[in-house]
Amino acid sequence: MTTILSAPPARPGAPPHARRRRRREIHGWAYATPSALLVGVFFVVPVLLVVRMSLSDWGLFAGDRGWNAPENFTDAVDDRLFWPAVGFTVKYTLVTTVILLGLALGLALVVQESNRWTGFLRTSILVPSALGLASASLLFYALYSPQSGLFGEVSFLGTPTRALWSTVALIVWRFAGFYMVLLLVGLQAIPGEVYEAARLDGANRLQTFRHVTLPLIRPSLALCTILCVTGSMLAFDQFYILTKGGPDNSTITVVQLIYNAAFAGRNNLGLAAALSIILLGALLVLNLAQFRWLRSKED
Amino acid sequence: MRKRTYRIYRRAVATVAALGLVAGPAACSSGPDDTASAGPATAEGTDDGAQLSLWTRAPLELQAKALVTAYNASHKNQVSLTIVPNDDYVAKVGAAAGSGDLPDLFAADIVYVPNWTKAGLFADLTDRIKLLPYADKINQGHLAAGTYENKQYVLPFVLDLSVIFYNKKLYQEAGLDPEKGPATLDEFKQQALAVQKLGKPGVHGTYFGGNCGGCNVFTWFPMVWASGAEVMNAEGTTSLLDGPAAQKVYSTWRELQDGGAIAPGSKDETGATWVAAFQEGKIGVMPYPATLLKTASKTVDVGVVPIPGATGGASTFVGGDGIGVSKDSKKADQAWNFLSWLTSEAAQVDVLAANDSTVARTDLADNKYAAKDPRVATINKVAASPQSKTPFAVNFQQAFNAPGSPWVTLLRNQVYGDAGALAKDNAAVTDVLGQ
Repeated sequence: MTTILSAPPARPGAPPHARRRRRREIHGWAYATPSALLVGVFFVVPVLLVVRMSLSDWGLFAGDRGWNAPENFTDAVDDRLFWPAVGFTVKYTLVTTVILLGLALGLALVVQESNRWTGFLRTSILVPSALGLASASLLFYALYSPQSGLFGEVSFLGTPTRALWSTVALIVWRFAGFYMVLLLVGLQAIPGEVYEAARLDGANRLQTFRHVTLPLIRPSLALCTILCVTGSMLAFDQFYILTKGGPDNSTITVVQLIYNAAFAGRNNLGLAAALSIILLGALLVLNLAQFRWLRSKED
Repeated sequence: MRKRTYRIYRRAVATVAALGLVAGPAACSSGPDDTASAGPATAEGTDDGAQLSLWTRAPLELQAKALVTAYNASHKNQVSLTIVPNDDYVAKVGAAAGSGDLPDLFAADIVYVPNWTKAGLFADLTDRIKLLPYADKINQGHLAAGTYENKQYVLPFVLDLSVIFYNKKLYQEAGLDPEKGPATLDEFKQQALAVQKLGKPGVHGTYFGGNCGGCNVFTWFPMVWASGAEVMNAEGTTSLLDGPAAQKVYSTWRELQDGGAIAPGSKDETGATWVAAFQEGKIGVMPYPATLLKTASKTVDVGVVPIPGATGGASTFVGGDGIGVSKDSKKADQAWNFLSWLTSEAAQVDVLAANDSTVARTDLADNKYAAKDPRVATINKVAASPQSKTPFAVNFQQAFNAPGSPWVTLLRNQVYGDAGALAKDNAAVTDVLGQ
C-alpha cells in the first residue's frame, strides 16, 4: 500500500519548459520504478498466477491439468466447511477488533501521562509484540496444556467457546501493546491548547474524551481498525498451532481452509486458489469501505 | 513512524503470503518429463562418491540419522539428510514436486504412499527390487502400499508399529501384575481404571489423541483387526468403521471417559504432544508408537504387549515410512545403492535393530538384539502377525489424517458426543474415500 503512495506527487504550476518537464518526468519514473517493480514481482504476478490456478484443474502433485472454470469456485462455496469458516472468521474478527482496540485505547490513555511508572508500564505492555506470532502461539500452547501448563488440568481448548476465547486472549496479549503505541502517537499529537480550551468551556472529563479526544485520534483509530480487521481475517498461525481448527471444526478460519485444501489430503491447488481469490475480494471490498468511511468523516 | 510503515508492510506481506501459499508451487511448474531412467540395473547400484539428498519427517529422526550416519561411514556416496516437521512435510514435497526439485530419495508416510505413487512422484523400482535375493522377505504391507498398476515404487524405510505400552511402576502400585499387560479390550479398560483409582495427582489411566485423526488410525484400527474385522473394503473406497468390532472399540473408550480414566488433555490433543504424558510417567497404559521404546524407557519402566481385540488377538498398524527414488533424481543408480543397503542385514540388524527399531525383513526378526530385549521380540513378532496390516486407500489422508476429517468427527462423537451418529459419520468417511 505505502509503496504505491511513495511516488512523489506531481507539483502543480511547474515551469512550462519542455526539457525541464521531461527531466522531471524521468525523475518521477526513476523514483517510482523500484516500488513498481517490487509490487509487480511480489504482488501482481503472484495474484495473476493464483487467478489462473483458480480457473484450472490444478493438483499439488499433478500440476496444471487444464481449464475448469468455474468449478473451483462452485466447489469452494459448496464445501461443507466453507460457510462455517466464513462465519467463524467474521465472528473472530469482530470479537478481536472490539476487545483489542478498546483495551489498547484504555492502555494508551493510562500510559500517556508521564509519571515514574509509565516507562516501565509502556515497555512491559509492548514487550509481547517483539515475539513472533507462531512463537507466542507455541508459548500459549504449552501454557494451556493440561500436562505442562501453569493452570493444572483445566481445559482451555476443549469446547468451541473456550477455544475461541483462549485464542483471543493470546492475540490480545500479543497485539495490545502494538495498537497501544499506535494510539499513543495519535493521542500525543493532540495539542494541549485544545484541552485547555475544553476545560475553559467547562467540559468534564467524559465530555472532553467524547468531543475532543475521540474525533482528533480518528485517523489513528481508523488505521488500527484497518490493520486489526485485515489481520484477523487472515488469521492462521494461532489456530493452526493451538487448535488445528478443532474442537469439532469449530475454529476453522478461511485461511486454514485454504491450507487444508492445498496440503491436507485434497492436494487441490485450484480449489485453494479459488478460496484465496474469494478472500482477496472480500478484503478489497472491506478495505475500500473502511477507507471510504475514513475519508467521508475527514471531509 | 518507521515501525508503523513496517507494520503496514508486514500486513501487506501477510496478504500476499496467503496467496503466495498457493502460488509458490505454481511459479515454476514443469512436467514430469525427466523421470530418472534406470540404466543397466544391478542389485547393489553404484557407489561412486555421489552426493545424495534425502528427506524425511521429524518423527523418524532418530532412525533416519542412525541410518544415514552408518551409510555415510561405509560408502563413498554421501547422503545429506533433511528433516522436515511432520505437519509441513506434504506441503514441502508438493512444492518440490511441482517445480521438479524433489531430492534423490524421500520417505513418505506409508498411508500416503498410494496417493503419491499415483501422482507419479517416485521412479519405478520394479526391476531393481526383483534383483534383491531377499525380495520376498521384505515387509509385504509396505511393498503392497508402494505398488501401483503392478509397478513397485517404494521400499520400507522405517517401520513404526503401534503396541500397548504400560507403566510397570504404576501397575505395581495399583496392585496389577507388572509382567502382564492387557490381552483383551476389557482388560485394557480395567487396568486403566485401576491406575486411575490410585488417585495420584496428575496421573491418569490412559491417554489418546482426541483431536487427532492420525493417532487413532494408528492405535484403534489394530483393535478392530485384532477382533477379526476390517476397517475398509480391499479397494479402500468404503469405510467399515460402523461394524460390531469397531463399536466395541468405541464403547471401551467411552466407558473409560465416563469413568474419568482418560487424561483431560486428550480431548484437545491435536497430536503434537500425544506421546508426552506417558514419557513423564503420568499414564498407566495406552497404545503407543513402538519406535519410541528407547525414548520412553529413559524415564519409565515400560511394559510392552500387542494391541488386543475384543476377545484377544494381537495386531499392530504396520506404519512408518516407505522410501523411494524420486522422479526428479538424476542419480537413480546411486540412490538405489542406498536403498539396496537399507534392506540389507547390515542396516536392518546393525542399525535399526540396534536402535530398538523393528526390522523390515521377516527373515531377520530373530536377531541378537531382539534376543536381548523380550519387548523388542514381542514387537517383531506382532509385526508378522496375520492380523497386522497397512491400510490402503488413495484418499487416506483426506478421510482420516487431515484436521477436521470425517474420521475425527466420528471418533469424537463416539467418545465425547452423540454416539448415535455412527451410521451418518461412517457414511461421511465413505464419501471421502470413494471420491
